[in-house]
Amino acid sequence: MTKHVVASADELQPGQRKLVNAGGREIAVFNIAGEMFALANRCPHGGGPLIEGYVTGLALSSRPGEYRLARENEFLRCPYHGWEFELRTGQSYCDPKSVRARQFSVHVEHGEELAKGPYAADRFEVAREKDYVVVEV
Amino acid sequence: MKVLFSGAIDCDLHLPLPGMATLMPYVDAFWREQFVTRRIDRMDFALTSFPAQTPLGMREDWRDVRASETPLDKLRREALTPFGTRIAIASILHGAVALYNDDMAAVLCSAVNDHMARDWLDHEPRLRGSILVVAQSAEHAVREIERVAADKRFVQVLMLVMGDTLPGKRQLWPIYRACEKHGLSLALHAGSAYRHAPTGSGWPSYYVEDYVAQSTAFENAIVSFLAEGVFNACPNLKLVCLESGFTWLPTLLWRLNKEWRGVRQEAPWLDRMPAEVLRERVRLSLQPVDAPPDGAMLKRVLAHIDCDDMLLFSSDYPHAQFKGLEILPDGLPDNLIRKIMIENPIASYPRLQAEFAAAQETGHERATS
Repeated sequence: MTKHVVASADELQPGQRKLVNAGGREIAVFNIAGEMFALANRCPHGGGPLIEGYVTGLALSSRPGEYRLARENEFLRCPYHGWEFELRTGQSYCDPKSVRARQFSVHVEHGEELAKGPYAADRFEVAREKDYVVVEV
Repeated sequence: MKVLFSGAIDCDLHLPLPGMATLMPYVDAFWREQFVTRRIDRMDFALTSFPAQTPLGMREDWRDVRASETPLDKLRREALTPFGTRIAIASILHGAVALYNDDMAAVLCSAVNDHMARDWLDHEPRLRGSILVVAQSAEHAVREIERVAADKRFVQVLMLVMGDTLPGKRQLWPIYRACEKHGLSLALHAGSAYRHAPTGSGWPSYYVEDYVAQSTAFENAIVSFLAEGVFNACPNLKLVCLESGFTWLPTLLWRLNKEWRGVRQEAPWLDRMPAEVLRERVRLSLQPVDAPPDGAMLKRVLAHIDCDDMLLFSSDYPHAQFKGLEILPDGLPDNLIRKIMIENPIASYPRLQAEFAAAQETGHERATS
């Protein structure tokens, strides 16, 4: 696992998303209400760009004609064919055993901590006084 | 392939269409007067897909009528004895189901059902009945089910696969709830009330188009049941497709799962792979089989279907679907034949299940074998 500094925290405020490159991989990073999620930017079904996916909840029902949206903002719907993936785990809802989106560990780290290394920052200098989004690949 | 053991349960056998003279004793004075004065008693009520002389309508060697023989004797000789049939589920596809007048349609369906009970079931213990209902009116259909259900020899409710509407629609659920309540399975039989064209793009010109379109109609019906949530609303209901064919099933199973994954949110009660639900709840009759040219190919189709519980033995008597006694298509694995002929039908019809359980409990087989 290598730590990749992929963005400054300012660029990924709650509700924002960003396509980043870490260790040669395209990774879609989402800030959902202050929590970071990172998925490979490639739907395991048809290769759709998950960065363009729709963040939503889970449609549930206890009987025909009854509809409920649960676990809001915990799922991402692929823009190509609508497959749903749990942001936290990458698991697909419809076929959790065999289909999952590659998921990466992501967190925010202070520049001070990062300075202790090791880390990779492809795009910019890391300043000690700022916060950064770190993806582990 | 011939049947090599006795005890088969034939899930699709057709009784001759009763003429109006046969049905008249089963309608009341008002309707008798109506049928006579409106010349309705001169109609034959044959559904138009199978007029009497179409080649597939009746097997050539089953066309001759012996003066010495009653219709029941003929049925025994041609359809029951040769295949070692223990039980045959009979249906009468009467044109009443295509009438626009709900009340008249219901009266005729009742007459057909009474005719089946009195003129057939009373005389042949191997026969079981289908309750013919007016599918366009759930109110009439439920009333008829409630009227007939006490007669345990009726084991299913019978509708055409193409009616006023896709059969999964909620307006028809009272029918399915009544089926479930009484331990009746729901049978959809090939055919149309011709409220709509049998293809999605309008009216075909030829019978070949109409016949081939039937399997699409079954696909539509099954998907409608799944998507509308009939199987959720009626957790014990089995849907039996008669004269549906089944070799088209693999692609439906694959396509269903594929499309469901992308749009499942709109019908969230369908909360697992629809093909799984289909395999549990839908049953299909064996004949007519759209058999591939050799048995090995049929084996591959069955492997794709990947479920041994779904097929139900049927003769489709008297339609011309096979020659002589070769009622089983080549390629059926041995272990599947027994399931198709006995175990699957019992598991698909709660009333047969109850009957067999009772027979086992009392320790003696019914005299029907």
